[in-house]
Amino acid sequence: MSSVFTFALAGNPNAGKTSIFNALTGARQGVGNYPGVTVEKKEGVIIHKGQRANIVDLPGTYSLTAYSLDEVVARDFIIEQRPDVVINVIDASNLERNLYLALQFMELGIPVLLCLNMIDMARARNIKIDSARLSSLLGGIPVVETVGRRGEGLDRLLEEAFALARRRLPWRPLTISYGRDLDQALDLLTPVIAEKIKTDGSPPASRWLALKYLEGDQIIINRLQADAGTAALLNPVRQKLCRHLQATIEEDPESVVADYRYIFISSLTRAAVNYGPQARMELSDKIDRVLTHRLLGPLFLLAILYLVYQVVFLSGEAPVDWCENFFAWLGGQARESMAEGLLRSLLVDGVIAGLGGVIGFVPLIIAMFFMIAILEDSGYLARIAYILDRVLRIFGLHGNAVICLISSGGMTGGCAVPGIMAARTLKDPKSRLTAILIAPFMNCGAKLPVYGLLIAAFFSHHRAEVMFALTLLSWTIALLAARILRSTLLRGEKIPFVMELPPYRCPTVRGVLIHSWERIWEYLKRAGTILLTVSIIMWALMTYPGLPAAELERLEKAQAAAASEEERQSIANRQAQAALAHSLAGRAGIFLENYTTWLELDWRVNVALLGGLAAKEVIVSTLGTAYSMSEEQWEEDGSSSPVPAAAGSEPRLSLAGRLAQDPGWSPLKALAVMILVMIYSPCVASLSVMKKETGRWRWPLFSLCFNTLIGYLLAAAIYQAGRMLF
Amino acid sequence: MSCSINDLAVGEMAVIEKVTAHGELGRRLRDMGLSPGIDLTVLGRAPLADPLEIKIRGFNLCLRVSEAKQILVRAEGRQ
Repeated sequence: MSSVFTFALAGNPNAGKTSIFNALTGARQGVGNYPGVTVEKKEGVIIHKGQRANIVDLPGTYSLTAYSLDEVVARDFIIEQRPDVVINVIDASNLERNLYLALQFMELGIPVLLCLNMIDMARARNIKIDSARLSSLLGGIPVVETVGRRGEGLDRLLEEAFALARRRLPWRPLTISYGRDLDQALDLLTPVIAEKIKTDGSPPASRWLALKYLEGDQIIINRLQADAGTAALLNPVRQKLCRHLQATIEEDPESVVADYRYIFISSLTRAAVNYGPQARMELSDKIDRVLTHRLLGPLFLLAILYLVYQVVFLSGEAPVDWCENFFAWLGGQARESMAEGLLRSLLVDGVIAGLGGVIGFVPLIIAMFFMIAILEDSGYLARIAYILDRVLRIFGLHGNAVICLISSGGMTGGCAVPGIMAARTLKDPKSRLTAILIAPFMNCGAKLPVYGLLIAAFFSHHRAEVMFALTLLSWTIALLAARILRSTLLRGEKIPFVMELPPYRCPTVRGVLIHSWERIWEYLKRAGTILLTVSIIMWALMTYPGLPAAELERLEKAQAAAASEEERQSIANRQAQAALAHSLAGRAGIFLENYTTWLELDWRVNVALLGGLAAKEVIVSTLGTAYSMSEEQWEEDGSSSPVPAAAGSEPRLSLAGRLAQDPGWSPLKALAVMILVMIYSPCVASLSVMKKETGRWRWPLFSLCFNTLIGYLLAAAIYQAGRMLF
Repeated sequence: MSCSINDLAVGEMAVIEKVTAHGELGRRLRDMGLSPGIDLTVLGRAPLADPLEIKIRGFNLCLRVSEAKQILVRAEGRQ
């Protein structure tokens, strides 16, 4: 009988766990979340000589305590799901620190297999590991040497893993001595706990539970002290130990445990590892001397970021055109092949135009993800956080937050959706939430067309300056907002910035492709579902209710009677505008005029801003519809019979030209509107990803209201101040 | 002489004597391999002198000045 085993893949971050996982599962993998938390859960299927196993990639952790979400998730999975084998991926060139986690699995007692990964790196650094010796010192657990990036040693790894799983060993905890005081306390507690867990389904690891209890692990303490009887037996032992350690060596049990674990590891490595002569300075450190140099480092940072954007835009430009042309072609085809009517309008103006507006940006986003994956896999991303940590700390942010801000459009032209998802690298929930909330202030690619339009209309002689000012402003607002959030709603302790700087590595094509593909797919799924729905809703709001039949008939007759093609076109435009004003969205825009008086926005801008909630790109297209030709006559006349105005004599103006001539607009108002567009509510895609990442509706709703309010107040303040001055 | 990592010059080597941090920071520092008796070298400092990068047990670690102050070391080659 063949049964399906479950393997868990565990290990330190940067130990090459992902490359092992990818090499083992190939395309047979999927990404999900652990229940109730936003920690990513990757699962895959392994088929080896006709046998199958499910493999779960646990979050990369350094330890198994209750402090960080990742560690709790990894620990709970092992304890609750009890996989048949834990494959512990270990960076062989960094054995001591990696064994610290491995020991904790062994103390728990679950069957473990050590995978000494990157063994080539260890050899290159003159570190010779006697795997057989290590295995026998650890009670015979299998130890396999691999090079995950090249797929070496994986056959043996699977062979050993399946062999271990087939033996169906009971959990056999490894016993480490923690010195006389702790060992005595452990001996007192273990039998009590063993008695208790017989009934409550805890893992069969009473000594491990006793150890965690003494270390002050809050989750385990709550679990064991659930009934008062056990608590009364356990608590005095812990109290006494803590007092004793404090009095004698001024330490807590936790640090004593850590020190003894490292002593145990030293005894292992002394016996099984031979450290040859070490190079005085490794290549990676030499690169670091330049790239993180106190003066040159920031310059390289700017240059590299600039290069990233150049590559993204150069490689994305042509595909963006193809996408836009494709959707334009698709729209044209649909328009020609279908009869005029609501269905055609829904398909062409709603679905194709709506999706096209967003899918058009996908090549840019793919290129962006690709570049970020390269930065991450090469090890440089950690250096960016290192260089900028001190500056970001002033605003209550963590060094790693810079990744979110840059992918959201920190240098103009990102997208808040991947930016918000990038906040996963922040471990502390409050600083993560702060980064998520400020990411939408950045100038994403979809805001650019709006700026482009208004700058062309009013600041055509200062394009670069205005764009630069807008970039600076977005950073200022984001950082100030972070400062405010961190000292009010999201006040919290500064979290430590103790971070490993992995050695520089040349990213592999396969690694980068898999890495970026996961995120791209996530984005596409969202674009395909939510945005499609929203496009249809926006289309409906801008279409219904239609013009009264009599009005429609008159306009159509006028069109038919038009003397020239231009005249016909001008009437058609007026009809489109009248229909928009009559629709629900138009009425909402007119209604909102009462509330946007400080900015003196007219209904057409209001409609466009409402449309911008779906996607910021919609602002420009809606303004285009709303500001159709010959509006003055239409409005002044106010009558139902459109006068064929000076059509033909007047040259047709672009939207920018039309705005520039409109008496309701001024450079000052254009500036205020640009600021409003920068700050006001994130688009639906960003809001939905916020919901997904924070697990609550509270934060997207907060963003919607808070950002809109701040945006409006700031824009209005600038507008009103400007009016008083000029 | 006993001092903290923050007092070391770039390039200087030292041996850890005691980690005085408690709670989460203490735990994180220990998880990363900072335990008594271990050698470390200061590799460099970020542009604003904070955080700093050290080499320990063969890998590179960065930590802030406030955190470095909580790790007492004995500098090699000092009296």
